[in-house]
Amino acid sequence: MRGNNWTNVLINIGLILFSLACIIPFWLVLMVSVSGQNALAKYGYSFWPKEFDLVAYKFLIHDAEPIIRSFGVSIAVTIIGTIASLAITSALAFSLSRQDFPYRGALSMFVLITMLFGGGLLPWYLVYTKLLHLQDTMMVLIIPGLIGGFNVFIMRTFFMTSIPPSLIDSAQIDGASEYRTYFNIILPLSLPVLATIGLFVIVNYWNDWFTSLVFIKTDTLYNLQYFLYNTLMNAQYLQAVADKAHIDVSTMQTQPLEELRMAMAIIAVVPVALVFPFLQKYFVKGLTIGAVKG
Amino acid sequence: MEAVRQSAARPVAASRKGNPLRKLWKFRALIILALPGLALLLINNYLPMFGVFLAFKDFNYAKGIIGSDWNGFDNFHFLFATSDMWHVIVHTIVYNLAFLLINTVLSVLLALLLNEVRHRFLSKFYQSTMLLPHFISMVVVAYLVYGFLNPELGFINKSILEPAGKEGISWYMSPQYWPYILTVVNIWKSVGFGSVIYLATIVGIDREYYEAAMLDGASKWKQMTKITLPFLIPVIIILTLLAIGRIFSADFGLFYQVTMNAGMLKSTTDVIDTYVYNALLVTGDTNLASAAGLLQAVVGFVLIVSVNMIVKRVSSDNSLF
Repeated sequence: MRGNNWTNVLINIGLILFSLACIIPFWLVLMVSVSGQNALAKYGYSFWPKEFDLVAYKFLIHDAEPIIRSFGVSIAVTIIGTIASLAITSALAFSLSRQDFPYRGALSMFVLITMLFGGGLLPWYLVYTKLLHLQDTMMVLIIPGLIGGFNVFIMRTFFMTSIPPSLIDSAQIDGASEYRTYFNIILPLSLPVLATIGLFVIVNYWNDWFTSLVFIKTDTLYNLQYFLYNTLMNAQYLQAVADKAHIDVSTMQTQPLEELRMAMAIIAVVPVALVFPFLQKYFVKGLTIGAVKG
Repeated sequence: MEAVRQSAARPVAASRKGNPLRKLWKFRALIILALPGLALLLINNYLPMFGVFLAFKDFNYAKGIIGSDWNGFDNFHFLFATSDMWHVIVHTIVYNLAFLLINTVLSVLLALLLNEVRHRFLSKFYQSTMLLPHFISMVVVAYLVYGFLNPELGFINKSILEPAGKEGISWYMSPQYWPYILTVVNIWKSVGFGSVIYLATIVGIDREYYEAAMLDGASKWKQMTKITLPFLIPVIIILTLLAIGRIFSADFGLFYQVTMNAGMLKSTTDVIDTYVYNALLVTGDTNLASAAGLLQAVVGFVLIVSVNMIVKRVSSDNSLF
């Protein structure tokens, strides 16, 4: 028995170490964001700052209008995109899940091919810019993330395995149209898979910087991730933002740019860290649904 | 009403009869529901596929896709005229193989450990912290890495190397360290996710095997190696095969954001995806970009289809399609 106890202790130590390794980088960035400016210049980034100072967060709350706006762009795109994506994906999945739908084979193939082959970056870019003229609009941040073959197939598998076909049959014998079947029977019974896919889509939109990198030039349309990207890659960018703010810089020798930068990374992580523990069980469930066939 | 009743009662038989137009009309509701999704796939995925012709053209923005002149395989000749493309391909494959090997070993190990934790709260706590990196954007990951590697203020230079009396390293100008850095970052970001997938398989194993083993006096170690691991092997094989199917495409975010796209690091960190991106949007060399892009898409397609055939042989339940 004693041997077992020791094994347990060792196992837990191993897991605690790995968990710590996962969190420690966030801790470092958090501590930099609350560091005092002088201590930071002298001692560099450390896990326990020599001086605490919340100036970066005060700055964020009061003055940093472009940062707040980028936050707003991210929130708007994520909310609109997620709702639209769930509606479109589930409607397609519902059609493909119906055994009596004669085109389901062909249309499933149509979806599957998009998962196997892509035209590449340049043609994709040209479709959105030269054909649809959507560069530099909020729409281009939303449209590419609306649908993905993988999500369609996960939903279809769920509809086929978790909703008995007899339920659909009897509803339709009672005179329910396809639309009513979809809204009043399928969707209410599919909350677990909607939560799973919803989590995928939310994270996808919230973390997206690539679409902005390719299509967005106007800085009022920067989302939070792209704003972060610009401040990391280009020191002058944050300087320019800070210069425009009304903060009373006369009391400081220099602006708190290092802290500010790290504070922004923290506010980008917080929403995900808050939402995800609640949706975690759906996420794990979604991973095990998996297969594309059916 | 009558039509609805019939279709519900004998769906398959009814759909076989009748002319195609009537069939279309009969299923118009399902078609309308499917339409928005199909239209989006058409725009986002199919229209760009026609652009593969660009790889055989001398592309000119003013003339457009159709108007640009054909130039046969010239783009591919240029692509392989220097050794760049070969380096980039080798980098992509070697990084992916290293990630695959290390991630699989560590994920399985962590899943085995997690499975031994009986305390529910602890188990959930470990899983949440390990999954967190998976949900963080690569931009934020680049910040986290920068926190350690910032040459002037970063933790490693300021708090480890300087106190030890060593000189700080200009990390973003020293390509020799980056294969290790990127591997560590990749492990950090994806091992937790991998272990949760393997854990889901372990949890599904019938408890009776373990009970029988315990009656026979099998130790924990014996149970792990003789029961749990054999059950995991098929999943390991399938996930490995699928990863090999994607071996020709790299994680663009990892190689672009975490390296901060630093030119000095290219000799060890340039992969196909960053090469295509830089050719397209930085140096503006669209011909090279589309040739490299097509090469990547075709090889990727062939790999994933052949891997799927193999998986089907191994265990048809787990094949992708």
